[in-house]
Amino acid sequence: MKRLSRYRRHKAAGPFILIFALLAIGTTFSVASATVKQAPTTFARSAAIDEGKQIFLKGCSSCHGLNAEGGSIAPSLIGVGAASVDFQVGTGRMPMADMSQQAMRKKPVYNAEQTAALAAYVASLAPGPAIPDDSVLNYERDGNTAQGGELFRNNCAMCHNFAGQGGALTQGKYAPTLMGVEPKYIYEALITGPQSMPVFSDKTITPAEKLSLIKWIKSAEAEPNLGGATMGRIGPVTEGLLAWILGIGLLIGIAVWLTTRAR
Amino acid sequence: MTPVEKTIGNVANFVDERLGAAGWVKKSLNKVFPDHWSFMLGEVCMYSFVILLLSGTFLTFWFDPSQRDVIYNGVYEPLKGLKMSAAYASTLDISFEVRGGLLMRQIHHWAANIFMAAIVAHLLRVFFTGAFRKPREFNWILGILLLTLGLVEGLFGYSLPDDLLSGTGLRITSAIIQALPIVGTYISFFLFGGAFPGTGFIPRIFTLHILIIPGIFLAVITIHVMLVWYQKHTQFPGVGRTEKNVVGHPILPVYMAKAGGFFFVVFGVIAFLSAVASINPIWLYGPYTPGQISAGSQPDWYMGWLDGLVRMSPPLETHAFGHTISWNILIPALIVPGIVFTGMALYPFIESWITGDKREHHLLDRPRNVPNRTALGVMSITFVMVALINGGNDILATNFHLSINQIMWFSRIGILVLPPIAFVITKRLCLSLQRADRDLLLHGSETGRLLRLPHGEFVEVHEPISAEKAFLLQSHEQPAALELSDVDSRGVRRPGGIKNKVQRRLSKAHAVSVPKVSEQELKEIEHH
Repeated sequence: MKRLSRYRRHKAAGPFILIFALLAIGTTFSVASATVKQAPTTFARSAAIDEGKQIFLKGCSSCHGLNAEGGSIAPSLIGVGAASVDFQVGTGRMPMADMSQQAMRKKPVYNAEQTAALAAYVASLAPGPAIPDDSVLNYERDGNTAQGGELFRNNCAMCHNFAGQGGALTQGKYAPTLMGVEPKYIYEALITGPQSMPVFSDKTITPAEKLSLIKWIKSAEAEPNLGGATMGRIGPVTEGLLAWILGIGLLIGIAVWLTTRAR
Repeated sequence: MTPVEKTIGNVANFVDERLGAAGWVKKSLNKVFPDHWSFMLGEVCMYSFVILLLSGTFLTFWFDPSQRDVIYNGVYEPLKGLKMSAAYASTLDISFEVRGGLLMRQIHHWAANIFMAAIVAHLLRVFFTGAFRKPREFNWILGILLLTLGLVEGLFGYSLPDDLLSGTGLRITSAIIQALPIVGTYISFFLFGGAFPGTGFIPRIFTLHILIIPGIFLAVITIHVMLVWYQKHTQFPGVGRTEKNVVGHPILPVYMAKAGGFFFVVFGVIAFLSAVASINPIWLYGPYTPGQISAGSQPDWYMGWLDGLVRMSPPLETHAFGHTISWNILIPALIVPGIVFTGMALYPFIESWITGDKREHHLLDRPRNVPNRTALGVMSITFVMVALINGGNDILATNFHLSINQIMWFSRIGILVLPPIAFVITKRLCLSLQRADRDLLLHGSETGRLLRLPHGEFVEVHEPISAEKAFLLQSHEQPAALELSDVDSRGVRRPGGIKNKVQRRLSKAHAVSVPKVSEQELKEIEHH
């Protein structure tokens, strides 16, 4: 140390330290940034985009156009984002099987990898909502069931029914049941607004509230049948049907039996 | 005499010497009731009403009829910490924390559904068999009154828990009241104690639901049953049954045993339903807030047809002198039901005006023998069914992948077209059944045995029907149409020409029937 401190008044000491500091910072930055950037990922992503484009050209472009610009029967996909693709393709809604009213949930045509490729391709066209990360979706920890129920009744129940069983919209369109839907897809539906559904942006319903909603929907799904058979949880229509068929039907049957003369 | 018998005899004698009840009891116990399954539908109504009274009383012990805000802190996790009315919170407590509370709630609600269904079934039986004819017109009107009261009582009942669905129902109720021209707004303000939802309606509806309407119910049911007792029960035609007698079992022991047992059967069926099937799961609906609504909000079934009528009505409104008249609510929710209920109540008098029949009737009609009435009944059922289907249009649309708009248009057209078609078809069916009866009398019943005659012809062997059956098939009357001429005996035109014409046309239509087998024809057959 003493040897080094001898040179601290040296003329070159200042510039030397400056150069040393710059080199140190530069090296640290380049090393650090190299670990974040991950050059091979960029390569994989562009490969995924290419693969996605190939799938798109084969499976989607006949309706959505060769450059996803949309057409007379299908909307433009520029700017819909990866979340939208993940929702529509991941739940089997796209590609559509029949063009009548609205895309319905079915067995997905593409596997997870192909769906990711498609999402990457569409996301590469223009920025849009991204697929929520698993770390974002920890609804069990971050959600509040009661608040979610209140939000659900305020924003969702008018179409999806009080227990998330789904309901009718105009001209044969419908709000599907929310039972058995993966949390990720619920989240994506909220931020992308598929079919007739409005977009619930993070300003309308904050990400934390979205998790509460998911938590409530999951609790509705796991809701035990407290009063006996639920008959679909769709209100008094099935109750009336049962009152007539089983209730009055049984009572009339017994009345007929009671008034039969003993032989 | 054993000591027990002696004691009973002494007590009975003590009472009789002071009240003179022996004569009345003896007369009453020998009262005879005819036996037919359809005569027990009224009993189902009465027994489910008793069950409603008992289970309802149980519920009042815990129900808090108040709209005061509370924070729910009970056992049901998904609603914990929410602001709600005390009425809703106490209903949750009844469901989850009171022992047997949920079962009692479900018994009360299922009993209400069965009660209304039994009333309708009972009404249809009385209508189709002509049991409403003189002297029972007054009892028929009381029956219609009970039906109407039941509708209102049911509506108030499912409005009390103050959940999202019941609040939605009340919102529609207030809209229907407001659709009354001029006075509607005032009545609505009076009823709800201000603008909807206000804070007054739960306590008010509570008083109506548990005190006033049940009180009226009890009074009217008592008169209804006493009139049946006093006027005696009607009976189906048959050998030995006339307008002057009643054939059946005396009240003791057989009838009493059957009827008493039947109470427990009704209770058993309702308790069974309540134990296995959920009804009105209010904890799923959440507390009522005017800003919220659920898809597929439906009333209970007996209000469903009114809801269906409102749902199908086109958007008609007029504005005059600063008032808006909402025809789209006024017509389906007030005018049409008004016509339906008034028409029903007056029907006994309308029919007697058409037929000119002012005699007493204690023997029932077989529905086929009065084609016009039967057809009118089926026509009314068709009307209500179309409306009821449209009341559940959203549920039908989602579950059967239909378009709600198409169901609405089907109902709009169907409500006008289908009832007349049902009328014509039913009338033709009745006449065909009459023709079949006639064939049965004249040619006997088919045995299915074929005979080949020596010359090769095949014939089916017919067997004559039993004497009882033969009697049944030809015992009914076939009154001729009214002879109403436009001029009086001196050839002067009578006043009320149009009324006369209408009465004559209706009477002619009412008297259409296949001529029944005459004595002459029967004798000829015997000679064969």
